[in-house]
Amino acid sequence: MITKRIIPCLDVKNGRVVKGVNFSGLSDVSSPVELAEYYSKAGADELVFYDITASFEGRELFTDILTEVASKIFIPLTVGGGINSLDDFDRVLKCGADKVSVNSGAIKNPGLIREASLKYGDQCVVLSCDVKRVDGGFRLFAKGGREDTGINAIEWIKQGVSNGAGEIVVNSIDTDGVKNGFDIEMLQAVCEVVNVPVIASGGAGCSEDFIKLFNSIPTIDAGLAASIFHFGEVEINDLKKLLKDNNINVRL
Amino acid sequence: MISIVDYGVGNLFSLSSSLRSIGADTIVTNDKQKILDSSAIILPGVGAFSDAQEKLRNSGLFELIKSEAEKGKKLLGICLGMQMLFEKSFEYGEYEGLGLIKGNIMPLEGKIPSELKIPHIGWNSLNFKNGKSDLFKYINEGDFVYFVHSYYGADCEESVIATSEYGIDVTAAVQKDNIYGCQFHPEKSGDVGLNILKSFCEMGDC
Repeated sequence: MITKRIIPCLDVKNGRVVKGVNFSGLSDVSSPVELAEYYSKAGADELVFYDITASFEGRELFTDILTEVASKIFIPLTVGGGINSLDDFDRVLKCGADKVSVNSGAIKNPGLIREASLKYGDQCVVLSCDVKRVDGGFRLFAKGGREDTGINAIEWIKQGVSNGAGEIVVNSIDTDGVKNGFDIEMLQAVCEVVNVPVIASGGAGCSEDFIKLFNSIPTIDAGLAASIFHFGEVEINDLKKLLKDNNINVRL
Repeated sequence: MISIVDYGVGNLFSLSSSLRSIGADTIVTNDKQKILDSSAIILPGVGAFSDAQEKLRNSGLFELIKSEAEKGKKLLGICLGMQMLFEKSFEYGEYEGLGLIKGNIMPLEGKIPSELKIPHIGWNSLNFKNGKSDLFKYINEGDFVYFVHSYYGADCEESVIATSEYGIDVTAAVQKDNIYGCQFHPEKSGDVGLNILKSFCEMGDC
C-alpha cells in the first residue's frame, strides 16, 4: 500500500543550511550534505532543498552542494527557490534533483509550468503556493508570502494542475510558524479540487499535528516541515512509528 | 563492467551515482562497442514511451540491446526502461517495445479506483510473486521502494516477480531468465534500492 510521506525541508543560503541546529552526532549542523545524510538515515521519505540565496555565486555553490548530496543520498530530492525559467530547471536537474518546485516563478511566468511539464514530465514539476485568508477566501501570495497577488489560490492551483503540475505544496501563511497544527481547512479545500498529490506545509508543532493531518484529510499525501525536525523536537523515525501505531501507513 | 544506456531520455546522474556507491564498475554510454563489451546493461528512462522508443531506435541501440539480451547478457530496465522491455505500449497510441517480456503497457487510469491519484507516486511495498527472484536476494518481502508512473505492465503474469498494491496489484518488477525490469526507481529507493542494484551487479559480474 502507498505510504504517507514525511518530508524535511532545508533552507540553504550561500551553500549552508539556515536554522540547522541542535543535533548531537553532527559535526557540522549547517552542512547540507551532513544534514541530508542524517535525515535520510532517520527515515525521511524525500528531501526538499530550498535555495534562498540571492547572488549568482550563491547559486553556483548551491548546485555544487546539490551535486554532492545527490551523489550520496538515494531518496527523492526536490529543489526550490529561484526557479524562474527552463534554464533553472535544467540547472538543478543536471545536479541530481528529481523534482523542481516553482512558486513566484510561475506567478511571473504562468507558461512556465506547462513548458516544464512538457519538457521534463508532470512528475518533475511541483507547484508550491503560499496561501493566506483574505476577505473570507484563500488568496495566493508571492515573494515568500510578502505580496498579495489578488489571485484566488484554489483557482490558481486548479489551473496549475491542468497546466501539468504533478504535485502541489500548500504552505499556509496563517499557520506557518505558529506551531499549532496544519491548516486543515485550507488543505481540505485544495484536496477537493485536485487529483495530484498534495503536500501539507506550515504549522507543524508536534507529532500529533501529523496524526491529525492524515486522519482529517485521508487524501493528503505528505507532511512537510522544517524547524521541528531541525531543532530535534520531533525525530522522524519516532514520528513514523507513532503514525503507524495510529494506523497511518508509513515506510519504516 | 555495467553499461547504463544513454539515449537522451532522462537524467542518469542518480543512477550512475548509486551504482558507484555500491562499488560497481559503471559507464554511461551510447557507444555500441562499449555496450557489447560490458557484462551487463541497464536501460533507464523517464518520460513518454513513444519518444523513448523512437530515440532508442534512432540511436541504433534498439536491435543491439535486444540481441545482447537474447544472447543471455544480463539486462535491467528501470521505470520507462522496464516498460520498453514489453511487446507493446498503449501510451498515447500504440507502440512496439523490445518484445523481451511478454505483455503490454497499459494506463492505470480506468484500472484503479477513481479516488486514487495518478501518477502512482511515492513509497509502496513489494509483494513477491512466482517465488523469490534472485534480484531480491538482499531484500525482504514488504520492503518499500519509490514509484513514479502512470502506466503499468499488464498481461505479463508469468514474468511478474513483484507487485505493489495500488487499488489493483500493480506490476512492480518482472523477470524472464536474464532479463529484469523494475517499474520503481531503485536509485531513489534508499538502501532497499541499492541492495536490488547490488544483486543485479553481482549477477552481471560488475
